Amino acid sequence: MAETLLTVEHVKKTYESATGSVEAIADISFTMNSGELVCIVGPSGCGKTTLLKCIAGLLRPTDGLVELHGKRVTSPPPNMALVFQEYGRSLYPWLTVRGNVELPLKHKDLSREERRQLVDDALEAVGLGHAHGSYPWQLSGGMQQRVAIARAVAYQPEVLIMDEPFAAVDAQTRADLEDLVRALHRDRGMSILFVTHDIDESVYLGQRVIVLSNAPTWVQEDLAIDLAAERDQITTRALPRFTELRTHIYQQVQRAKRGQAVRPGA
Amino acid sequence: MSAIPATASGPQRRVGRVGRASQSVGYALGLPLLLLVLWGAWVTLKEPKFIPTPSQVYRAFVDTWVGPAFMEDVVPSLARLGIGLVVSIAIGIALGTVIGLVKWLRELLEPSLEFFRAIPPPVMVPVIAVILGQTGLMKVVVIVLGALWPVLLNTIEGVRSTDSVMKDTARAFALTRSQRLRDLVLPAAMPRIMTGVRQAMSIGLILMVISEMFNASTGLGGKIVYFQRNYLIAEMWSGIVLLGLVGVLLAVIFGFVERRILRWYHGLKEVERG
Repeated sequence: MAETLLTVEHVKKTYESATGSVEAIADISFTMNSGELVCIVGPSGCGKTTLLKCIAGLLRPTDGLVELHGKRVTSPPPNMALVFQEYGRSLYPWLTVRGNVELPLKHKDLSREERRQLVDDALEAVGLGHAHGSYPWQLSGGMQQRVAIARAVAYQPEVLIMDEPFAAVDAQTRADLEDLVRALHRDRGMSILFVTHDIDESVYLGQRVIVLSNAPTWVQEDLAIDLAAERDQITTRALPRFTELRTHIYQQVQRAKRGQAVRPGA
Repeated sequence: MSAIPATASGPQRRVGRVGRASQSVGYALGLPLLLLVLWGAWVTLKEPKFIPTPSQVYRAFVDTWVGPAFMEDVVPSLARLGIGLVVSIAIGIALGTVIGLVKWLRELLEPSLEFFRAIPPPVMVPVIAVILGQTGLMKVVVIVLGALWPVLLNTIEGVRSTDSVMKDTARAFALTRSQRLRDLVLPAAMPRIMTGVRQAMSIGLILMVISEMFNASTGLGGKIVYFQRNYLIAEMWSGIVLLGLVGVLLAVIFGFVERRILRWYHGLKEVERG
């Protein structure tokens, strides 16, 4: 029986502004086990990024709680790493690729040699073993996002949180990066929480897909993806089961968009 | 999916670079030479009272500034300018970083800072001279009081506008306070800071001269006033030429330092322009 890693319980987020309060997240609850790869999918503007920021401790939920290993998250926990959608703004342009990956390790209790090893290993894992000395802006968008992933991997988190990481890269690169995420999960047993608005991506990547409703947001469905663990861009996506699952989620998201879905217990 | 090389190198490029360098030197010197010729021709024809020929100014330049006057007047002036600028930049960056990071401090101070900045620094010279006397300290203080503002206000603005995703990244990876300062806040603000430093340098040069012009004191500015009052026209012009050369020298030093510090910034901009 896998251990519960992350618990999100009745999280609610209301933004207060001069024109009144806006309820972004109504009530979201789910749990995630160690070693799982969970995708969160939902219509655009449904508060996915808000939810992630609450989970990562960057935002304080108005109500409810987030727990990591049974410990309440109030500020960014040290065993969690983030990959942002905007790689160009998340990597520091004044640091080299190596400098970016190494930066979060500098305050960890590591010897110089251990640190070097971690950086080399992480860059190797994302296929950037050759690009240490380059600056992020000298690389293509896909490669920059690889640097951001390497930075998260080198940080050795228990859970990796990714916020629409591939929304801004081209389709071909995107497929490569999806396989990279699958490989990190498979080879390193990393727990990954992956947020996306792309339904195909969520089915291809996830062991579970959590479908969110329109804002104010709640969990509309929590769906296990019963595809084999070994997945492949061509054959997996051609499976009848893949189509079934994506059709099902697609319909759920469409219902969410039209506001037809009924909130349980509401 | 390949890295764009950071710098072009190799023998083929090098030839091109030498060619381009000599071309740009030609462009840089072409107009000054033309102006010198025009100046000489015009003065020879019209013989205006207060404008000597280029060769007269050149002779006055050598006689006046090459020799002990260089150590007695020019070097102390430049030293005061250097000290004034270093102090302005240090105070401006340190204070600006604190004010830029602390919201309530910024809201408290910003209107007052705008007020102080709006005061033309030369009007402060007589006041400060009364308080501190005709000393080197007074001249440095005048330079600092003028050159501080652009560095300070640009640093505040640069620190304040640090990108939100970059800040979230720093928080998510639990960077320490000193890491955030050294690896995020200061580098992110550096383009703005350098803009401030550039403005500070030209203000500093102006104030260096003005601080020396009151009460016929020493220094480069004092000498120029002395020449004016004694109808030493060519000598006066030679002082003005020297000031121009100091300005060019400062710009060259600044350009050199800026290219080093903001190498990433210029690279990034170049990529963004495509």
